[in-house]
Amino acid sequence: MARKLLLEHINVPGINTFDVYRQKGGYRAVEKALKTLTPDEVVEEVKKSGLRGRGGAGFPTGMKWSFLAKPEGVARYLVCNADESEPGTFKDRYLMTHIPHALIEGMIVSSFALGANTSYIYVRGEMMPQIRILEKAIAEAKNAGFLGKNILGTGYDLELYVQPGGGAYICGEETALLESLEGKRGNPRIKPPFPAIAGLYGCPTVVNNVESIAATVPIINDGGDEYAKIGIGRSTGTKLISASGNLVRPGVYEIDLGLPVEEFIYSDEYCGGIANGKRLKATVAGGSSVPILPANLTLKLANGEPRLMSYESLSEGGFATGSMMGSGGFIAFDEDQCIVRNTWNFSRFYHHESCGQCSPCREGTGWMEKVLHRIEYGHGKMSDIDLLVDVSKKIEGNTICPLGDAAAWPVASAIRHFRDEFEWHVKEPIKCLDTNYGLANYAEPIVKAEVTTGN
Amino acid sequence: MSDKVKVTIDGISVEVAPGTTILNAARQIGGDIVPPAMCYYSKLEGSGGKCRTCIVKVSKGSEKDPRPMPKLVASCRTTVMDGMEVLNITSPEVIEARSGVVEMLLINHPLDCPVCDQAGECDLQNLGYEHGLQKTRYEFERRTFERIDIGDKIQLHMNRCILCYRCVFTADQITNKRVHGILNRGDHSEISTYIQTAVDNDFSGNVIDVCPVGALTDKTFRFKNRVWFTKPIDAHRDCPTCSGKVTLWYKGEDVLRVTARKDIYGEVEEFICNTCRFDKKKTADWVIEHPTHISDTSVIASNHYETLKPLPVIQNNPQLQQANKVELEKTTKF
Repeated sequence: MARKLLLEHINVPGINTFDVYRQKGGYRAVEKALKTLTPDEVVEEVKKSGLRGRGGAGFPTGMKWSFLAKPEGVARYLVCNADESEPGTFKDRYLMTHIPHALIEGMIVSSFALGANTSYIYVRGEMMPQIRILEKAIAEAKNAGFLGKNILGTGYDLELYVQPGGGAYICGEETALLESLEGKRGNPRIKPPFPAIAGLYGCPTVVNNVESIAATVPIINDGGDEYAKIGIGRSTGTKLISASGNLVRPGVYEIDLGLPVEEFIYSDEYCGGIANGKRLKATVAGGSSVPILPANLTLKLANGEPRLMSYESLSEGGFATGSMMGSGGFIAFDEDQCIVRNTWNFSRFYHHESCGQCSPCREGTGWMEKVLHRIEYGHGKMSDIDLLVDVSKKIEGNTICPLGDAAAWPVASAIRHFRDEFEWHVKEPIKCLDTNYGLANYAEPIVKAEVTTGN
Repeated sequence: MSDKVKVTIDGISVEVAPGTTILNAARQIGGDIVPPAMCYYSKLEGSGGKCRTCIVKVSKGSEKDPRPMPKLVASCRTTVMDGMEVLNITSPEVIEARSGVVEMLLINHPLDCPVCDQAGECDLQNLGYEHGLQKTRYEFERRTFERIDIGDKIQLHMNRCILCYRCVFTADQITNKRVHGILNRGDHSEISTYIQTAVDNDFSGNVIDVCPVGALTDKTFRFKNRVWFTKPIDAHRDCPTCSGKVTLWYKGEDVLRVTARKDIYGEVEEFICNTCRFDKKKTADWVIEHPTHISDTSVIASNHYETLKPLPVIQNNPQLQQANKVELEKTTKF
């Protein structure tokens, strides 16, 4: 059993209260950081740990912190991105519901490292229970002297606020989040300037995911070097994976990065295999916006080696045969699932959530959704498949924020890997309404590409 | 180090002040290499970056960091660096992406140019002719909205809107109080006023001028005439609220409409007030200056060509002369 860092005490009754959390060693990191370390040393520890952003992009957190501009006399902000809306991802909600103090402790440590005296937790509007939980936890921490003026007598002040969002997926994009936090329409800003230079109210700001912030607690407790020992290569530490779909035991798992995907799906310690004795057809490894992979490429790399749950291994093979770690929303599809329907469903989501600011995304997401709807309901044409590929190409990379890419990748990858299923939908317009294409050859071993040298 | 930075666009170098955007650097060169811009408006702070028609490829970041930029960038919002090399019309990738953007802009556009007042001076129409496809690949119903009257002088025809946000910025920055904005999200979003509150402001009429398409039209001019049958004349008057410098659009003896003066990129030179725009429609109200210069590529210019004068920067630079060859040949032709 791998060591748990974030979810170690998840099953302790009452861990959501301050007293129990404190008994179990909570807020040690705050004491250690505020009393024995300087802010720069905290940043240095996080850098050493190799912690990478857990929200999707996987950018090294320590590096992000060190980019923060520090002009004299200007406030700096830390904003926690708890606007978790990616379909298939629910780890942050789980963490906030059950161990809210882990996030608050992380917020105190991180704010101290960045020199922020006001920090915000931007929580998705639909998560009202979590907002109440966090507010209660903040009140408890404040009573105990861990928040407010002169924390633990060290002279460091921190006010922590919870801000409910309006329930838009786009507000999970960091600049849209800042706009929304400022009380404006949640449209992503045009970068540069990056938030590290001009973020919230024009001041230098760091925006981090809930899990990244919570992960600073074990890093400070055990030291960055200790944290970096877990994991593989540049993917260090543990990661929360929200496993969903046709699995025997879906849920949130804390894994050591570098765990083989096969073990994650089939071992009894984790998901326990595919439900109802069916076979795996496809997976979406990191939340709806990453490319979908067929079963064979999920478990093995193109060269036949086992695929691991790590940033590098999941994206091995680029867009041709790889996917991405994303936010860790692991969705498994069994042999009876229709990939066309699923792609349409994702596409519908992005169409609904596009902010409408830049034209390729605003118009293109709707277009793709309509074409996919047509194919799914048996009115498609063969040319539609190529049209989809072309439209997704026109969106990808041409938009202000990554939502355009996120909308394009699932469609492009589904067609790349499951083209025969799309073609079947066009050829069998009646049959596709009540039967499925089935597993086909998606789980068969990959034929190794022949290596040709010279001419 | 000099206080100017050198940027090369499509092989043509120009020295510009630091902080200039790629688009404005290209405008200093002029000619074919200027990226089209639907949402950027130099007079409106914060505009641009949205329509994506001005995307270009940066093949060399700067002298210090020669790496190319990974994605195509919006030239209106990307500032130049010393030694930057930009590809616009010489990059097939840019041309393809731009035609993709134009296609996206047109899929929900009604293409009702024959009955649209903007036809003949419409940026989207020009863009569509230049980069669009002959036919559409979009086979679904286009989004539709009811027409809305914004006050008694302006009509909003949301079907034609491309959501460039120019009018929102105008109302924000030129007028005292903004009462209209964007409602909803994605391709359902619309420019609207809350509960159709009238925009009541001296400068509200400028939203008509900044609109690149026929979404915001002048109700005093609606369906009066086609713009290419009218004759634009520059004129001015002593106006207590604005500069009073306008263009009058004549049909015979009558002034059919009054607009602000626009430059070659379709941007107004100075914003004008509603009194000048809507109420002063007699020749007696104005001091006539001269016929407005209209680009010979515009349909409005038909039958009254003027001699073309190349920009001074082009006359001195052999490389620029090469790039603007077509334009220069036209000059000699006339």
